[in-house]
Amino acid sequence: MGGVKTTTKQKIAFSVLFLCTLIVVLPVLFVLWAILKGGAPAINWQFLSTMPREGMREGGIYPAIIGTIYLVSLSVLFSLPIGLFAAIYLNEYAKDNLLTRLIRLAIVNLSGVSSVVYGLFGLALFVNFLKFGVSILSGALTLAIMNLPVIIIASTEALASVPFSFREVSLSLGASRWQTVRYSVLPNAIPGILTGAILSLARAAGETAPILFTVAAFYLPKLPKSIFDQAMALPYHLYIISTQIPNIKTEVRYGTALVLIGIVFSMNIFAVVIRAKFRKKKKW
Amino acid sequence: MVNPTFRITGLDAFYGNKHVLKNINIDILPNAVTALIGPSGCGKSTFIRSLNRINDLILTFRREGKVCYHNQDIYAKDVDVVELRRRVGMVFQKPNPFPKSIYDNIAYCLKVHGIKDKDKIDATVESSLKKAALWDEVKNSLRQNALTLSGGQQQRLCIARTLAVEPEVILFDEPCSSLDPISTAKIEELIHQLKQSYTLIIVTHNMQQAARVSDFAGFFLLGELIEFDKTDKIFTAPKDKRTEDYITGRFG
Ligand SMILES: Nc1ncnc2c1ncn2[C@@H]1O[C@H](COP(=O)(O)OP(=O)(O)OP(=O)(O)O)[C@@H](O)[C@H]1O
Ligand SMILES: [Mg+2]
Repeated sequence: MGGVKTTTKQKIAFSVLFLCTLIVVLPVLFVLWAILKGGAPAINWQFLSTMPREGMREGGIYPAIIGTIYLVSLSVLFSLPIGLFAAIYLNEYAKDNLLTRLIRLAIVNLSGVSSVVYGLFGLALFVNFLKFGVSILSGALTLAIMNLPVIIIASTEALASVPFSFREVSLSLGASRWQTVRYSVLPNAIPGILTGAILSLARAAGETAPILFTVAAFYLPKLPKSIFDQAMALPYHLYIISTQIPNIKTEVRYGTALVLIGIVFSMNIFAVVIRAKFRKKKKW
Repeated sequence: MVNPTFRITGLDAFYGNKHVLKNINIDILPNAVTALIGPSGCGKSTFIRSLNRINDLILTFRREGKVCYHNQDIYAKDVDVVELRRRVGMVFQKPNPFPKSIYDNIAYCLKVHGIKDKDKIDATVESSLKKAALWDEVKNSLRQNALTLSGGQQQRLCIARTLAVEPEVILFDEPCSSLDPISTAKIEELIHQLKQSYTLIIVTHNMQQAARVSDFAGFFLLGELIEFDKTDKIFTAPKDKRTEDYITGRFG
């Protein structure tokens, strides 16, 4: 009797949970479907590889794609090493005192700060104060600053998940602390660190606000030549063609959105694959 | 009289406010096996973990008193802890090879000591595995992941890894507690052989093991060293009633 009752309860619970999942997933699926349906006809090699023409109503989105790739790769050059070393310091060296606790708290809070704040910060610091101007460098640094807290948190977690005994053994064998981190902790934390870094980059690729004032150009007839040039970027381009340019074909808008989502999505998948691949391998 | 390898005087240890070792005084002699026995939680691990300063890793750990290694206070400011740990090796309770190949587990020690010569590494891998009585079982599978070995093999690999560093002292913290009788016998045999060239300290819960392998034995109870003497004295004619009760199994 009791058994029947518990199974019924369980069924109800499962149904409710399933319904909640559906409510979360359905809109996302709908958006994806709409973009895919609207954008797919626009996607072809010419769209991906040529400059925009006719006031961006015709032609491709090549410079925006390139700009986004530049921004993301340059930003990771700054954020990954700094974030990683900060995480190593916090997790492996720092004493647990008021100062480090404040730092940790600050990092967690910074990771939740709205991206437009980072945009304004980048404008003030990199564009104006350091006089990098509106440039790829300023934009990449702004994205890097925005990503740092996320990378630090992910890296700290990855380091903390390496068993304490690895450190004990390594030190007991006469390795120094740095050697212990370098040879015995870090290799086992790399998958987690990479996953975190890629996910944060995917976010960076899709953000508009941080690049709005620091790098993004409305339209450039040429590709950027150096990191001190302005660049077009996908999210900003999408914003422009959706709001500032009348009479543009909808499939160009949807196509641009589709490319942006495609890039972000494949980065996320890449991160998941890395994680899955290493999870199978580790068994301590 | 021979100079003791370790001379510990008035050692007190704390985790936070918890007082876990109380005024420990003990001399550890070279080329002998010293066994430490006592009920769970009495501070044996804390004691040996303060001999190679591995307890420094535990942030709440604090100690007072002196631990002298060859007349040098290892807690003095100018001590090179890395060098100390090279000379005072440790084998832990749970076998803990790195998730690397058997070969790389041992090569790790040489790598961190800056040895890059492949022949030297090969030779050390072989000689340490031989000393740890594991060579014959693994010589054809050195590239295999160490985690695929049995528990007893893993523990012998850990011993081989410790030997590869060429320490002078080896601390064993219940090295056999997760092993079957055959592996245990192998490790005891090994300890017996290592005694010729090393100073050994072994924590064990197994009275027969302490009696079999050790020359000296110390009995800990609630953070105090109740009695320390030659092993046969401790086991045949203990001076303290509490030692006798523990050895004869009257409390645990
Ligand atoms: N990291 C720690 N933090 C706080 N207390 C600890 C810590 N490690 C050990 N203790 C406490 O210190 C006391 C001594 O512990 P220790 O591990 O030295 O005992 P032991 O004799 O080795 O016991 P066992 O035979 O169970 O291994 C115990 O009361 C234990 O709870
Ligand atoms: Mg113990």
